[in-house]
Amino acid sequence: MVRLIAFLIGLFMSGWLLVSAGITTYGMITDPAKETVEAKFHKHPKHVSFKHDGLFGKYDKQQLQRGFKVFTEVCSACHSAKLVSFRDLSALGYSEDEVKAIAKGWKTEVPSINPDTGEAATRPGIAADKIPSPYANDTAARAANNNALPPDLSLITKARHNGPAYVYSLLTGYQPVPANLPKENRPGTGLHYNPYFANLNLAMAEPLTADGQVTYDDGTKATKDQMAKDVAAFLTWTAEPKMNARKAAGWVSLIFLLIFTGLTYLSYRTIWADKKKH
Amino acid sequence: MSFPWANEYKPQHPLMQWVDERLPLPRFVYNAIGGGYPVPRNLNYWWNFGVLSGVALVIQIVTGIILAMHYYASVGGAFESVEHIMRDVNGGWFLRYAHMNGASFFFIVVYLHIFRGLYYGSYKAPREMVWLLGVVIFLLMMATAFMGYVLPWGQMSFWGAQVITSFFSAIPVVGEPLRQWLLGGFAPDQAALNRFFSLHYLLPFVIAAVIILHVWALHIPGSSNPTGVSVKSEQDTVPFHPYYTAKDGFGLGLFLILFVILTFFAPNLLGHPDNYIPANPLSTPAHIVPEWYFWPFYAILRAFTVDFLFIPAKLLGVLAMFGSIALLFFLPWLDTSPVRSGNYRPLFRKFFWVLLIDIAILGYCGVMPAEGPYILLGQIASAYYFAHFLIILPIVSRIEKPLALPNSITEAVTGKAAAA
Repeated sequence: MVRLIAFLIGLFMSGWLLVSAGITTYGMITDPAKETVEAKFHKHPKHVSFKHDGLFGKYDKQQLQRGFKVFTEVCSACHSAKLVSFRDLSALGYSEDEVKAIAKGWKTEVPSINPDTGEAATRPGIAADKIPSPYANDTAARAANNNALPPDLSLITKARHNGPAYVYSLLTGYQPVPANLPKENRPGTGLHYNPYFANLNLAMAEPLTADGQVTYDDGTKATKDQMAKDVAAFLTWTAEPKMNARKAAGWVSLIFLLIFTGLTYLSYRTIWADKKKH
Repeated sequence: MSFPWANEYKPQHPLMQWVDERLPLPRFVYNAIGGGYPVPRNLNYWWNFGVLSGVALVIQIVTGIILAMHYYASVGGAFESVEHIMRDVNGGWFLRYAHMNGASFFFIVVYLHIFRGLYYGSYKAPREMVWLLGVVIFLLMMATAFMGYVLPWGQMSFWGAQVITSFFSAIPVVGEPLRQWLLGGFAPDQAALNRFFSLHYLLPFVIAAVIILHVWALHIPGSSNPTGVSVKSEQDTVPFHPYYTAKDGFGLGLFLILFVILTFFAPNLLGHPDNYIPANPLSTPAHIVPEWYFWPFYAILRAFTVDFLFIPAKLLGVLAMFGSIALLFFLPWLDTSPVRSGNYRPLFRKFFWVLLIDIAILGYCGVMPAEGPYILLGQIASAYYFAHFLIILPIVSRIEKPLALPNSITEAVTGKAAAA
């Protein structure tokens, strides 16, 4: 009885799926899927390599400091990085005093209240603060940016496929609109063509426009390419600040486990020695 | 229970004697996973995955309990509390990555455990109850994993919850009210997040309880083995400890090596980038995909694109998806062959490998966008999935001519007849 019912259910399920497959095939023939404009023009991120790539790679503190400078002077005009605290910046090689100075001198002050009147006020940042956002709230951010919301950048390199390369490609990927781009896909007012962006038209204007836009403290030549790479590295760090510790702990665990597993294999062989043959 | 030649627990230390006379817990453990449990001597490495599944559950419970000390189940704070764990809690990044990848490893070892059972006929008499409880554990695991994925309240969390709970709205008449009752609202929100957190904390302990029943049921007939031939004499078995504790220890080492490689060097490989974007009910992701362990079932869900008379395609898809697991409950009665092991079933074995390839194809279709060719492939693969269990397996077990079985496990191992 169980087998008879199962047989009938199976016949129905498989039969109806095959009928559906036939209808799907018919649909594919009569109405073939057209390649979308996005699929045709959209590009995968460029290949870019960093010192922190790979199993042994560690963050290059000099590069992170350069990237932080690009973030401070360019990105942070519109974008927040609200998951990062000023104190976290000590991981970039800044001293305690430097961190305090960065927090105090940040262009946006931290929201607070006036201790005498209780009215809304602001105060200079301290090391324990999260990096203040450039806008008071999302509505203010949209109002200042042609109704587009600049996303928070703390996790951006983990929130996109191949994130660090994506950030680098987007920043260096602004191009003149191709002549063969259909009219309805051409950037409207306030939009900018960038083939590395999913729908090709980006509200953000090209942020890195000229070599030397930022003056690096370590003497590195601030080409557009260098700045894009450095800020991509910095944003990799903001998204994954514990990467160095993670890889180091990984190697220790792995070496321990290799020895442990070797020993368990030997004890397994020893214990089974009398059972294997006869 | 067990075999007459099983070793008896003899406490050496007076303290253990004292305990054993009053509460025979040490005796219970000794008989369950110690020297008192005789196990077939010919188990291969595929028999490691039961113990490894148990280890994976323990890893999840331990890391999960500590994570819950720092996690905050609020739609406004959940995402940031996870990032607080990643950035500010000592070793928090390790706990969170271990828990995240631990879920994947739990499913990897459980899937291998299930495939071993399917190939070696572990679901057959007298072990049907072991199999049934195993399917219950699998269902509980899926519910737990789904609710855990919602907790970080990222984009995929939110939209995954939206999609999964919409299954219930496919039920005629009561569907939509039922969905709202389960969610505590019209869409996933604070009420849903709170109850998901509560249940995500509860279900692992329910799983642990069902595992105890699973192991209890296993100990009645004892473990199955690669020949499928029942244990006949003491020669056929070895005590679980030290023989299989040693072998499982080695297996555990290999498991942990792979676990460490993924957790420390590619922790986000199996995750989706969209879940690092905070949940936004106003912005639907381009492709909503579940975690990899649900891909085959997601493909079955989406394979139904055509209404059948008065039954809408959506309801068919939901029924098929649950049915694809529910049919496992009937497997012991669908496969009637008296031979257990696939090693001695030439025809069954061929179909077994076809099924594995079929499930891999379903997984591929589940992760790809719901577009023409992937839907078509998913429909054909789903058709085979149901045909395999409901039509092919019963017929194969009727017409197949199995190979000659060895007389005993010892004969299979040593190549000569048992001495006694």
